[in-house]
Amino acid sequence: MLRFNILVLACLSYATLLFVVAFWAEKRAEAGRLGWLRSPMIYTLSLSIYCTAWTFYGAVGYAVRSGLEFVTIYLGPSLMMIGWWWVLRKLVRIGRVQRITSVADLISSRYGKSTTLGVLVTLLAVIGTTPYIALQLQSVALSFAVFGVNDPSGAVLPDLDKTALWVAVGLAVFTALFGTRNLDANERHHGVVTAIALEAVVKFLALVAVGVFVVWGLGDGIGDLMAKIDASPVAQHPIQGTRWIALTMLSAAALLTLPRMFQVLVVENSDESHLFTAGWAFPLYLFGMSLFVIPIAVVGLEVLPQGSNPDMFVLTLPLHSDQRVLATLSFLGGFSSATSMVIVAAIALSTMVSNHIVMPIWLSVQDKGGVTVSGDVRRVVLYARRLSIFGVLVLGYLYFHFSGGSEALASIGMISFTGVAQVLPAMLGGIFWRGATRLGAILGVVMGFVVWAYTMFLPSFGVAAGFTPELLEHGPFGLVLLRPQALFGVTGVDPVVHAVSWSLALNTLVFLLGSLFSFPRPVERLQGAQFVNVFEHSGSTRGWSHGFAEAEDLLVMAQRILGPVEAQALFQSEAAAQGKEGYLPDTTPDFIERLERELAGSVGAATAHAMLGQIAGGVVVSVEDLMAVADETAQIMEYSSQLELKSEELSRTARKLREANEKLTALSIQKDAFLSQISHELRTPMTSIRAFSEILRDSGAAGDLDAASLERFSSIIHDEAQRLTRLLDDLLDLSVLENGQVSLNWARDNLHDVIARAVNASTEGREGRALTIRRNEIAEHIAIETDPDRLAQVFINLIANVRKYCDAPAPELRIETRRLGGDRIQIDFIDNGSGIPKEKQTVIFEKFSRLTDHAKAGGAGLGLAICREIVTNLGGSIAYLPGQGGAAFRIELPRVRQRT
Amino acid sequence: MGKRVLLIEDEPNIIEAIRFILSRDGWVVETHSDGATAVEAVGRKRPDIVILDVMLPNKSGFDILRELRADAEHESRPILMLTARGQKKDRDMAEAAGVSHFMTKPFSNSEMLEMVRRLANGAGEGDG
Repeated sequence: MLRFNILVLACLSYATLLFVVAFWAEKRAEAGRLGWLRSPMIYTLSLSIYCTAWTFYGAVGYAVRSGLEFVTIYLGPSLMMIGWWWVLRKLVRIGRVQRITSVADLISSRYGKSTTLGVLVTLLAVIGTTPYIALQLQSVALSFAVFGVNDPSGAVLPDLDKTALWVAVGLAVFTALFGTRNLDANERHHGVVTAIALEAVVKFLALVAVGVFVVWGLGDGIGDLMAKIDASPVAQHPIQGTRWIALTMLSAAALLTLPRMFQVLVVENSDESHLFTAGWAFPLYLFGMSLFVIPIAVVGLEVLPQGSNPDMFVLTLPLHSDQRVLATLSFLGGFSSATSMVIVAAIALSTMVSNHIVMPIWLSVQDKGGVTVSGDVRRVVLYARRLSIFGVLVLGYLYFHFSGGSEALASIGMISFTGVAQVLPAMLGGIFWRGATRLGAILGVVMGFVVWAYTMFLPSFGVAAGFTPELLEHGPFGLVLLRPQALFGVTGVDPVVHAVSWSLALNTLVFLLGSLFSFPRPVERLQGAQFVNVFEHSGSTRGWSHGFAEAEDLLVMAQRILGPVEAQALFQSEAAAQGKEGYLPDTTPDFIERLERELAGSVGAATAHAMLGQIAGGVVVSVEDLMAVADETAQIMEYSSQLELKSEELSRTARKLREANEKLTALSIQKDAFLSQISHELRTPMTSIRAFSEILRDSGAAGDLDAASLERFSSIIHDEAQRLTRLLDDLLDLSVLENGQVSLNWARDNLHDVIARAVNASTEGREGRALTIRRNEIAEHIAIETDPDRLAQVFINLIANVRKYCDAPAPELRIETRRLGGDRIQIDFIDNGSGIPKEKQTVIFEKFSRLTDHAKAGGAGLGLAICREIVTNLGGSIAYLPGQGGAAFRIELPRVRQRT
Repeated sequence: MGKRVLLIEDEPNIIEAIRFILSRDGWVVETHSDGATAVEAVGRKRPDIVILDVMLPNKSGFDILRELRADAEHESRPILMLTARGQKKDRDMAEAAGVSHFMTKPFSNSEMLEMVRRLANGAGEGDG
């Protein structure tokens, strides 16, 4: 038999080893040589604090009492690790980005840095965890006792209570030493994590060793074992579906919400990628831990005397077989399980207690003359945390002391799981749903807490807490609906399932309703965006160089609000004004003011002021928070600019429609005017023709008309008939030209020849006013591909116009031709008259736009309209050329045909 | 002395035709072809009847008609409007402006002469 004092010695040596390892790791971390201490394997091993004494010792007891159901405790976290790693990744990312220190910090921070929530979650965590810590103390004390009973020397045994007290003190010292070594609460605890990893290895090896001993040492290998299992009462327990589902979910939730799990999973995480390794390695570890539970349970029941505590089989089986080394190892495994849990839980809880309860109180007491972030505050934090560690362990000890430690290990674990799981709705809602509000979270947590306390936690105290069998049977004050284990008339459900489903369901419901019916405050919105969209806001974490960190911060923010181009331009111009190159000016007050004005234009003055105030002068809201707001603003602005675009598009369409309508109306008016014009132009010669023909007819009958009049009237009729014909020709010509139906006879010709033909046609057979035409015939020799007849028609028209309208005493026309670049030619017709008044220059190319009276013009005012159509059809242009003294027209033509 | 007619028209051939028709009937025909000074010409010549074209240079026949009717002196002076714009709206506009009669071009010589006689006789005797 193992001597008790040897055990104590082994225990102390082991504890010393842990101290040394922790100290060594801490030193390495300080020296910056973390190396493999930051490996994913260490991370995975640190997660194994999930396996506490409950799992180490209690799983066997659980199996004895309920058969295979203990597997759910391993199944939940494994499924979480494998299937829901993206939730974990998000939590880890948020933890890193927001520098989250605990579950309470996460919830409080997410819901607008709510103090209330921080306190609530902290209380919940402390109340939920204290029994669990007591449980660990109890298991260590029990294991000592087991050895004590078997001690052959009959040494005086310390009682359970004293053992538990000493263990608690030892753990408190260790935790205070290594858990609060760093002044900065955000620093990771490399020493502690390394020690925990070592303990993880020890407890794993211990359990596997016991398992191997049981299977191959006590038994006859696997075949023999299987037969034993089949025959054992352990195999007789039926599997209850609802309990399985509820317990699996509960233990999955525990991975996220247990303060100690959050501590190692999120707070101590140094690299997101470690999650990938943990994703398979941690489930494997759990598998190893659960592999030998059934064999130990079965063999224990068979080998050990009736009435032995199944929770201690792992220890008592080797002792029974007098395997001293194995028993010691097993003891150390259990010791490791218990201590690692207590240490990390104490760190996690003390962080919460000090940050969310002690510090706020201290700050409010100190709130005179403003608190600055300086050394003294940090020391206060440190003391608060050390004090909290002792407080937590004292609570655990007191719980153990007064509860007498009679509960089965598993049921305490379950109560604890359910308690802390009440944080789950607020946690998941907070990181996935931006609509989640502080009120919803508070209501949910409170509701969950109350229901949990009423249906599970308090009843576990039994009569001591006033939960008499009578009350359980008939409900408080005879209200049957409020029976703690049959809430609202739901009976026949397993108490654990009942408590888990009612507490979480009501919690979630109230959380959702509270969130839907309340409006988040600005900080909540901000934090909500920050948490839910954590992957968008935390792409890169650069270390700012202090020299220009501020200006760069400002630039990054300004870019998100003003857009990169504007922001860069602004910063560059300011930098230039300061005589600097690049985009980062000194952040002078003037510049900040200017930037504020710029930003105010985009996000409003108050927001701009607040944002700049935070970056330029404060640390209350992190830069990332502001980025979140900025991103949100940018998104809103983008959205509204999209809307603007849309409405602009709409109004553009409307404008087009209106224009089209106006055009149609105008066309219709034009058509009316045109018809009216044509009517007038046709009727005028008709009038003369009819009048004179009637005169001739009547006079012919009367015979009273002299020969001269007769001839004159006849010639008037003839002229007017010709005028009519010409008018109709012009109209038809114009109509054909305008519709683009004209067939042009393209040919190569010499411009000089075309002009010559036009001039000849214009002067031939004309009497009346002489017109001098000046040409530069040499310059006119340009080969041109065009419709020579049409072009000549244009020239004839222009010459005719000069004849009609040029008011100089000696009318003179200058025709100037020149070649332009790009194979174009230019022909100017300039007379020496008084020109066309400016206000008429724009209308002369319109149809019927005669400038003077009919008599002088002798045409219908279609000439220039026809000219324009012809020139356009020839691929050129014609325009009035102002400022030439007289009337001047400029024609531009391509020298060769433009094929389109 | 025969009755006097003032023909306000800018188309030479039409002037010649009307002058011939009315002169042969004993009318004294005076002409004016600029719209801008037409009202003034009517005031100066105080004809027994005015024959007014619509499409005149510088001022439209409708405007001349309105100005004449606004003047007490020409309120009841017979005005025969001749126009190549024969649409109904032109006729309506002329009648609204107080035209004595409205004829479209081309016109029948005899109808025109008949209308000039009738309007001139219906108007104030002894006015010239």
